[in-house]
Amino acid sequence: MTRKSELAIGLEPERYELHSPVSVIFESDRRDFFKFLGAGIFVTCAASKTAALQESGKNHRRSEDHLPREIDAWLHIGENGEITVFTGKVEVGQNIRTSLSQAVAEELCVPIASVHLVMGDTELVPFDMGTFGSRTTPVMNLQLRRVSAAARDVLLGLAAKQWNRDAAQLTAAGGKVCDPSSNRSATYAELVKGQQLTQLLPPEDPLIPAAQWKVAGQPVPKVDGRDFVTGKHRYPSDYKLPDMLYGKVVRPPSFGATLISFDAHAAEQMPGVTVVRDGDFLAVAAPSSALAQKAASAIHVEWKSVPQPSSHELFDYLKNNQIAGERDSAYETGNVDKIFASSDRRLNSTFDIAYIAHAPLEPRAALAQWKGDQLTVWTGTQRPFGVRSELATAFHLPEEQVRVLMPDMGSGYGGKHTGEAALEAARLARAAKRPVKLVWTREEEFTWAYFRPAGRIEVSSAVGADGKITAWEFHNYNSGGAGIRTYYEVPNQRIQFHPVNSPLRQGSYRALAATANHFAREVHMDEMASSLKMDSLEFRLKNLKEERLRAVFEQGAKQFGWDKPRQANHGFGMGGGYEKLGYIATFAEVSLNPATKAIKVERVLTAFDCGAVVNPDGVRNQLIGANIMGIGGAIFEAIEFDNGRILNNRFSKYRVPRFRDVPRMDALLIDRKDQPSVGAGEAPILGIAPAIANAIYALTGIPLHTLPMAPALSARGYQFS
Amino acid sequence: MPTRYALKINGQIFSVDAEPDATLLSILREQLDLTGTKYGCGEGQCGACTVLVDGRAQRSCLTPVSAVTGKSIVTVEGLAKGDRLHPVQQAFLDEGAMQCAYCTSGMIMSAVSLLSNRENPSDADIVQFMQGNICRCGTYPRIVAAIRKASSAGKELVR
Repeated sequence: MTRKSELAIGLEPERYELHSPVSVIFESDRRDFFKFLGAGIFVTCAASKTAALQESGKNHRRSEDHLPREIDAWLHIGENGEITVFTGKVEVGQNIRTSLSQAVAEELCVPIASVHLVMGDTELVPFDMGTFGSRTTPVMNLQLRRVSAAARDVLLGLAAKQWNRDAAQLTAAGGKVCDPSSNRSATYAELVKGQQLTQLLPPEDPLIPAAQWKVAGQPVPKVDGRDFVTGKHRYPSDYKLPDMLYGKVVRPPSFGATLISFDAHAAEQMPGVTVVRDGDFLAVAAPSSALAQKAASAIHVEWKSVPQPSSHELFDYLKNNQIAGERDSAYETGNVDKIFASSDRRLNSTFDIAYIAHAPLEPRAALAQWKGDQLTVWTGTQRPFGVRSELATAFHLPEEQVRVLMPDMGSGYGGKHTGEAALEAARLARAAKRPVKLVWTREEEFTWAYFRPAGRIEVSSAVGADGKITAWEFHNYNSGGAGIRTYYEVPNQRIQFHPVNSPLRQGSYRALAATANHFAREVHMDEMASSLKMDSLEFRLKNLKEERLRAVFEQGAKQFGWDKPRQANHGFGMGGGYEKLGYIATFAEVSLNPATKAIKVERVLTAFDCGAVVNPDGVRNQLIGANIMGIGGAIFEAIEFDNGRILNNRFSKYRVPRFRDVPRMDALLIDRKDQPSVGAGEAPILGIAPAIANAIYALTGIPLHTLPMAPALSARGYQFS
Repeated sequence: MPTRYALKINGQIFSVDAEPDATLLSILREQLDLTGTKYGCGEGQCGACTVLVDGRAQRSCLTPVSAVTGKSIVTVEGLAKGDRLHPVQQAFLDEGAMQCAYCTSGMIMSAVSLLSNRENPSDADIVQFMQGNICRCGTYPRIVAAIRKASSAGKELVR
């Protein structure tokens, strides 16, 4: 897809990994679902699909511009009453297999156990751009409710015809249609028997209001939880095929190094080993992973490296290496310069944000199999169709000849939007003429995946004696444009994202740059409040109109006990905002041991409004999990690199949050049944870093302007405990 | 040269051919199709590969196969008795103590080891014992709650 089209559909500039041109083939043939699944009722929102096909004519290779704006989904009710739903969304731990099943069960009036979701198999599901941007709940959940409601109407219609009644007088419940006037009832299986009905999604079909939900809105446990506690579930890295080989890539010593020469003689003598060289790609396939490792190590390679910046010079580099002429997300209103020139209450601050790694516990993995020119790949990715497109391009194949399957995987956090392992396994499998499985090592995942962008952020503000912000200027270099706009009411603003030639490969990360931008904004807000000797909450509310954001700050503060007196050597802080349609405010209490200068995060409370909550247990899990993940980036996570090499590419060198790092965590869900349901995977990560920084500032007076904060605190003689 | 090893896993004897330094993790996953035990780091830092060796938690990614012959190995696949889950497995389900769940089998095996060697651990004991297991999704508080809950199962925990 082109950069232009991404922006047109609202993708943030820092999704760098998506910027490379990718073309997508939209399936042209209607699959014969009845042949595949047997008779029954088939519902599709195919109107949009037909339109897209008409638009694209016979030319199948189109950019995303030509894909339907409406998300497609298919639903089938079989003669046995089983409900199968087909969606391109994928399960990566965010629990949508459960929440989407709840949506279907709710509208179709069936027990949740009778709903089965087929997810992320490009051969079976309608096109989907990918599982990112917290779009599953606001878009796919809604779409599945509509599809399910349409299916329910078909069933009511079948019963009405059979019984010669008006469909409006019949009811659906518990997988049955009932006629209250005669006490007649029929199961869905009975009604579907012998039918082959295709139903297009009607444009307007009333959905069950959230206030009346019975299955949705409930804390339904993970639908296939038992498979995970017994080890039965197969992750991408668990897949196997008969005669399969194990792949291993010979990596360059630094980024951008090119292959000069190599000697693979010893490796090629090893039994069953295939060596592949294709440009700078050098890899082996062998009957066991141990032998693959041994063979790869036995290859002598000469690489040509290129000099590159290192982490110690990173932030000046970012400021000085802007891509000329690009001004994404530029926003200006009023006259900032005029206010700054006349204001005597001005504040300037600079923030530095490190690169961090997603470090999903399951590294990239793929199993590739060729049958003639047909390629099938099982792999862990948030974008199965994106990976299909990458494979088709890499192997010069039409997309119809590539199938990507995505078994529920060991997380991604925005870090698995690409198909590196899939490409590598497929290349090896083609050479070895056998299926090849390739699982990245932890070191590879820490080195050759992409990072959350580093950034420098500069903030300037002016405020009146009454506590009203009069001017706001905000520049983000490289980290990104998500969440860059302020939600506080300021008449004069200049806000700009500056793209930079990044020294490291970078891309999406849970909540994108909204984490960095909220950190800078919310920390700056507290320093403004402090300069006015005003309470943090009072200052925010004075400058905030948006009711739902005010509500999370006010209700969160109340539950947290913001007004209560602080214990000696304890400090409170807050940080919040609005992102991916969700409203968030996080509160933190920190303590200081004056003797040891050890700072401890004692407790955290996050108030969150994501509209009508589909699964309160799932949302709480995301809310707490995001805060804990956020503690890592807030306090200690940072990628260190030197001349094209990652220096801390293992868990023993790159610290991620562990049991001991977790303070008491509380969640306050504000269930707005009158508002559309939105995602919960990203917004909850935003508040933790500014809340902790502001609490430490309140307690010690030390302004913390870096992510992570531990090195800055350590430079002042403090440490986190 | 590959050597033949007899391994007792989940009460069953398996015969495998492997290099002496081959890891137990690779044998479980590649030769025996016991894929519930996961690779996460290969340096004993994340706990995803945890199994029980003679009742105690051990990182299978650092355990050479030659070191575990004649010992009793239990993987996550060997915990349930028929359809009846081990109390720790049941507690993880009851508390919803997972997101992507890739760490879950290692967490469960570590917790089983803790509870079979220590009655009623405090939260601080749990945190200390589990410190070597990473959950990148951040479900730690639920995992502590699940272990606390399972610890009330008492004698059932001792195997």
